[in-house]
Amino acid sequence: MSESPLKSNLRAIRGRAYPRLIGSTREPSWFFFDVVLPLFTIAGYAYVYRFLEADAEFIGYVVLGGAMTAFWLNILWSMASQLYWEKEIGNLSLYLMAPTSRMSILAGMAVGGLVETTIQATATVVVGVIAFDVIFSLGSPVTLIVVFAVTMIALYGMGMMFASLYLLLGREAYHLSSLMMEPVYFATGFYFPVRSLGFWAAAGASIIPITLGLDAMRQLIFPVGADDAFLSVNTEIAVLCVLCVVFMVLARYALRYMEHLGKTTGRLTLRWQ
Amino acid sequence: MAVINDLRLLKNSAWLGWQMEANWTDPFLFATYSIVKPIAGTLILVFMYLVITGGETANDFFSYMYVGNALYMFVAEVLFGVTWVIHDDREHYMTLKHVYMAPMNFYVYILGRSAIKIAITSFGVLVTLAFGVLALGVGINLGAVDWLLLAPSLVVGLLCICILGLAMGGVSFLTAKHSIGINEGLAGVFYVMSGVVFPITILPSWAQTISKFLPVTYWMEVVRRAVVPEAMDGLAASSGYDVTGMGDMSDLTLMVLLLVSAGVFFVMSIGVFRVADNIARKKGKVDWTTAY
Repeated sequence: MSESPLKSNLRAIRGRAYPRLIGSTREPSWFFFDVVLPLFTIAGYAYVYRFLEADAEFIGYVVLGGAMTAFWLNILWSMASQLYWEKEIGNLSLYLMAPTSRMSILAGMAVGGLVETTIQATATVVVGVIAFDVIFSLGSPVTLIVVFAVTMIALYGMGMMFASLYLLLGREAYHLSSLMMEPVYFATGFYFPVRSLGFWAAAGASIIPITLGLDAMRQLIFPVGADDAFLSVNTEIAVLCVLCVVFMVLARYALRYMEHLGKTTGRLTLRWQ
Repeated sequence: MAVINDLRLLKNSAWLGWQMEANWTDPFLFATYSIVKPIAGTLILVFMYLVITGGETANDFFSYMYVGNALYMFVAEVLFGVTWVIHDDREHYMTLKHVYMAPMNFYVYILGRSAIKIAITSFGVLVTLAFGVLALGVGINLGAVDWLLLAPSLVVGLLCICILGLAMGGVSFLTAKHSIGINEGLAGVFYVMSGVVFPITILPSWAQTISKFLPVTYWMEVVRRAVVPEAMDGLAASSGYDVTGMGDMSDLTLMVLLLVSAGVFFVMSIGVFRVADNIARKKGKVDWTTAY
């Protein structure tokens, strides 16, 4: 008896999320290396603002931005690069043979990674509150949840699209991910209001969902956040919704196209290029 | 004979490192890639500074912060590079076991692979400093640079960072795919505790005590005194107090402290690597792959 496509895709999501969730419990050292140690860099930026005698909310911006870096790193190293790594270790051909959507496999990676990354981000916020007396003023929790949700959907959609683009890359994949760290931290305003880059630069950076998501979250969390805002929260939610659709559709097409291209050029199982 | 073999190994592993770092693309793109990353990293700090101060960059603290941030690239990139060599050889290329079996000095191999990382990072540091001087008014005066202080402090500091990277590489033998977190995390510890972009005197007293055990703290201070002596003097004069916490130490004292702390870290790092290596061999983790 054949299984319905919906059921098999849901099983694929669960199956791909499983090793990520179980892997993290079997190797608890990740908590120290991926949660505790990165807090130091964030503390470094917070101390810069403190030395410059900046207003308290700037330290809050750093803490929130630092928390969101976890999601960006997860996108780069555990979503975008993942199909490339799967190719390198020989799993990719198994995925391609499986009678399920590639999107489901990527969604499984996203779900598994999102749990671990949310723990990282939460720890950053908690430590920020304790160590730097950051005060959050949550006026509209429902709007905040909506902003976070659409940001994550758009972001992981972008990660899925990148994953397909990375599929045909060799060692460029690692370098591309590496290249999208500091420049993106800068362009999206992880540690300062993105508005200070100027309208057109900030508008260009808005193609990365975290830019608008972070800007909206700052407005919703900090009392004076609106003073440093790039766009209004409602406008940012609307743009993020558009990005959700665009990235999901592009991911689907890119994945099909790259798979076809990979098959015809014989590069899908090529390793160590 | 052993020395000649080691030198040949150093040269060949450096060549291998260069091929792995650079031959994935054409030289122009690689040079662009090597410049964009450090400049973007620096611009984060520059914009943080500009947002608060409203655009004033021609002052001593900005030069202090900018030069510290540029030098920190050595800490972050070299530390990352050394540890990544072990991770990449083990998990990606799966050649670490062959490296272990080869009749060669493993430490020399790592040093050779790291040498090319140091060279690439040096290029990034120079570009960043040049950008600072030309675009942002960072107060580096080549005529005032104390080269006799700069050269030995750079050598000691970079060797110390390489050995620290080796220790972290050892730790990464025993963990799953957390090598990126290990490197960035440890580099982050130095970023906060060693006064890279702000004086350590702003830290809590317990953190300042830790700072004074770290070689990077002394390294930063010595290299800053060598590269921007005028800014360091100006910062001390304008603050009205010992803002760096090391203002009363002479250059010689700082060099001695750098050597002593680097020596202690050298011994500790070799010890950590050997213990980790021993455990990894016993548990069969030298050729482990953990990509989940």
